[in-house]
Amino acid sequence: MKRVVLLVEDSPGDVRLTQEAFHDAEPQIDLRVAVDGVEAVAFLKCEGVHAGAPRPDFILLDLNLPKMDGREVLARIKEDDHLKTIPTVILTTSDAEADILTSYQLQANCYLSKPVQLEEFENLVRTINDFWLTRVKLPQHAQGD
Amino acid sequence: MPIEVLLVEDSPGDVRLTQEAFRDSGKPVRLHLASDGIEAIAFLRRVGVYANAPRPDLILLDLNLPKLDGREVLALIKKDRSLKIIPTIILTTSDDETDVLISYQLQANCYLRKPAHWDAFDNLVRSINAFWLTRAKLPQQTRNTQGDRYEKSCAPGRG
Repeated sequence: MKRVVLLVEDSPGDVRLTQEAFHDAEPQIDLRVAVDGVEAVAFLKCEGVHAGAPRPDFILLDLNLPKMDGREVLARIKEDDHLKTIPTVILTTSDAEADILTSYQLQANCYLSKPVQLEEFENLVRTINDFWLTRVKLPQHAQGD
Repeated sequence: MPIEVLLVEDSPGDVRLTQEAFRDSGKPVRLHLASDGIEAIAFLRRVGVYANAPRPDLILLDLNLPKLDGREVLALIKKDRSLKIIPTIILTTSDDETDVLISYQLQANCYLRKPAHWDAFDNLVRSINAFWLTRAKLPQQTRNTQGDRYEKSCAPGRG
């Protein structure tokens, strides 16, 4: 069964890099993209054009997003009894201690900072795939719920 | 500055394997052990003999523990404003979907299943090392409760 990963990212360059790196690491991943916080929440709640959206097995969330901030998206995910069990990993350029602390306070599952070098970025995506999508036991959800 | 890891595990064999795997990793890890749930909470709250215990950077928590169950320990950690930010990884032999789901509901940071073979166990500890102690950004906490001002430079004062 294909794993569904929701990438919440507004930078087209980073979206492209992440897509390519996942494709190289594991072509079986179904990577969906939300380009701002409002779209991410609509996707997760299957609202509007996202009515038939699959439930992600894993979420990669940028912090600085248009319309609705990543911190707000994270808070909404972790306040929702249905969504809170989806492992949500922060992937951001911010290295600020305050962002790291706030993210863990909001119960992000993990915080990663985006490398600036292409090769490092690819390595990181491979590591995410190896660890979170291979090693870690993710919660099983009934399909279609 | 060593990375402080609290291992909450009641099986002496698994403790031994984890210690060896961390030692072989070459990282400056200081592994602390609690062999039941009550001891884990005492360590985290610095109660009794643990008055001077360091604050862990990472917790590895078994689910099936004597005295106080791992699920209960996890719930206590994640309900505590100060402790909840410590990444807490479930490391257990249980493959039960209910345990996986409950752990994520209680906001475990991730759930890993203990492999039965030594090689695989060693590999798993290596990947915990490679991911959590190398890639992931862990929250920088004051190691002693007073003095947020010293956030990043508290190490020399220890002991």
